[in-house]
Amino acid sequence: MTEQSPPRWASETFWKKTAIWVTGGSFVLLVILSFDSMKQISAGGPRVPAYSVINKDVSYRFDKAKQRYQPTIGDDAPLFGKTLSEAEAEKLVDHGKKTVQAKNCMNCHTLLGNGAYYAPDLTKAWLDQGWGAKESREQMMVNFLLDPEKNARTYGSNRKMPNLDITPPEAEAIVAFLKWMSSIDTNGFPHNFIALGEEDK
Amino acid sequence: MTLQAYQEKAEGCAANCKQRYAAFMANPNLSGGQKLAVHYFTVAMVLFMAQLLFGLLAGLQFIFPSFLYEILDFNVNRMVHINAMVVWMLYGFLGSVYWFLEDESGVPIVGLKWGQLAFWVLTGAVTIVVLVYLLIQIGSGTDTSLWLINEGREYIEAPRWADIGIVVVMLTFFYNVAATFAKGKWSGIAGVLTLDLVALAGLYLAGMFYVTNISVDQYWWWWVIHLWVEATWEVLVGCIMAWSLMKLLGVRRKVVQTWLYIEVALMFGSGILGLGHHYFWIGTPEYWFTIGGFFSALEPIPLVAMVVHSIYDAGAHKFKNSNHPALAWIIAHAFGNFLGAGVWGFMHTLPQINLYTHGTQWSASHGHLAFFGAYATINIAFFYLAAQQARGNVWMGGELANGWRWKAAAILLNLGVMGMTVALLIAGYEQSFIERAVEGSTWAGYFAAQNHPWFMQAMIWRMVFGLMTAVGGGLLLWDLLEIGKGEQRPAAVIDSEAVTH
Repeated sequence: MTEQSPPRWASETFWKKTAIWVTGGSFVLLVILSFDSMKQISAGGPRVPAYSVINKDVSYRFDKAKQRYQPTIGDDAPLFGKTLSEAEAEKLVDHGKKTVQAKNCMNCHTLLGNGAYYAPDLTKAWLDQGWGAKESREQMMVNFLLDPEKNARTYGSNRKMPNLDITPPEAEAIVAFLKWMSSIDTNGFPHNFIALGEEDK
Repeated sequence: MTLQAYQEKAEGCAANCKQRYAAFMANPNLSGGQKLAVHYFTVAMVLFMAQLLFGLLAGLQFIFPSFLYEILDFNVNRMVHINAMVVWMLYGFLGSVYWFLEDESGVPIVGLKWGQLAFWVLTGAVTIVVLVYLLIQIGSGTDTSLWLINEGREYIEAPRWADIGIVVVMLTFFYNVAATFAKGKWSGIAGVLTLDLVALAGLYLAGMFYVTNISVDQYWWWWVIHLWVEATWEVLVGCIMAWSLMKLLGVRRKVVQTWLYIEVALMFGSGILGLGHHYFWIGTPEYWFTIGGFFSALEPIPLVAMVVHSIYDAGAHKFKNSNHPALAWIIAHAFGNFLGAGVWGFMHTLPQINLYTHGTQWSASHGHLAFFGAYATINIAFFYLAAQQARGNVWMGGELANGWRWKAAAILLNLGVMGMTVALLIAGYEQSFIERAVEGSTWAGYFAAQNHPWFMQAMIWRMVFGLMTAVGGGLLLWDLLEIGKGEQRPAAVIDSEAVTH
């Protein structure tokens, strides 16, 4: 059998060039899209509200035009009865996020659907009907975080959150972080979730 | 026993270790780079065992939630389980590259001493990180915790100090690879590998800063997780696979390299923008639905191409090869990568279905088969190549002494992982229906799904197959320590020209 050189479309150099162009092209496109995404998801932008949103009533409703659920921002509803400036709110939410990371929450819970699956998603934790009523929600959340074993809400699963030595200021900061996170426009995830206070509407 | 007796025993033990290590370092069958590769493979196997152990503990907690409550909670076990996996895979990749670097470039490794130093630094750091995970576990909500204990971000939990160390080690590795090829000869594999390592090291930086905004946090976090696992790692194993096909089956370089370029084009062409399938629900704009859905639907294509390619190669060479266990694991890799990463990933990648399956046991199902099929398998193939060469390039074909062991290990590991995958898939279907579709993802809905007998049954099946996997892992370790010992026959000679024509 004599060695024949392969046709151009099957040659090594053709595919080498293709690989380089495809990789380069995709990467450039990704960088351009990333600039745009960053602009849209910065806090205070169209999709991720400013941190001071924790001073407002946050809910989640079905949008008929978009055919999906969307966060809604309502009247004043300050967290723990204190209206915070933008800077104060950011500081509080920041402390909450740092605590969530330092306590390794993501290896049991999911946040925005990412993480582990041993405990419920926290994306809309602030809005969950499990808190019973809007009036008692803040205090119940803080109590739970400070002593999860005594205030365990296992829904019959026997899965209990361990005591993570959360301090009272950390607990309040986590609640602020969760409230702010519930206001992010997640493109309708989770679907069909009825927020606390929206049951009869 | 008295204290003195203990002391003598410990000293004897240490002396024995030292002697065995010196004997290994004097092994004439291995080049400098290959000895370093065996170092990496050894730690990789230790971490693989740790992954299995902590996986079993975490799996048990699904069935018995009070097991080790407040001693080793689920979050600790799960973190060690997934971190051990990431790190053992990286150790395997680094080792595999060191394994073939001298052979591929034709010269001894440039800066091997730095490479050896980096190995000990990395291994020391990994040990400290794991001890801190297990003994300290969590900190207060401050930067100090993120720097010293745990960053609390899935898969890249390593504290910040360790991140910096990892980058330094990766740069040393990159220097070893690039400088060696530069001094010796550049092949197609060498070029792809070197560029891929630039991307691999660069992307890690995207996960090394703190931001308050969780949407921004998750956006860059995926640059590390997705672009590593579904782009640079896939190309890295493509390079490793290309080299091993030449060595194992005698495939011609021209064919292998052409395929490697095709794979790179398809893998990066689909994988880079396929990143968008993680940007559906984290606050990012809607155009990611279209881009992420479209490109991630293309992602299985290179994996199909790889299966076609390997089966063709194996068939064209009538399965004549120099190392049966290694070839078996290469085949497991081709199928595992296609099924686990390709099919299982595609099943829930489109936003139309992902809205219900995101963040459920579907992800766990896909993760188990994909990581094992795509990466564990090819690393194990290289462990066998190393074992063969370390024992003097001995026979590893048919009628191998205790050949049942590698076969049993391979069967148990593959069946075990497949069984876990299917069990978790069933749990994932159930969870998607009850928690997501019916109950709308409330906490009550979550627990309604978790408490359902169908879910619990699936978790028990997962445990059974997890145990099977662990037994397979133990058997694999035993086999790697023993295989080829006392074998006198030389390895089969694979002549590239003789088999292709």
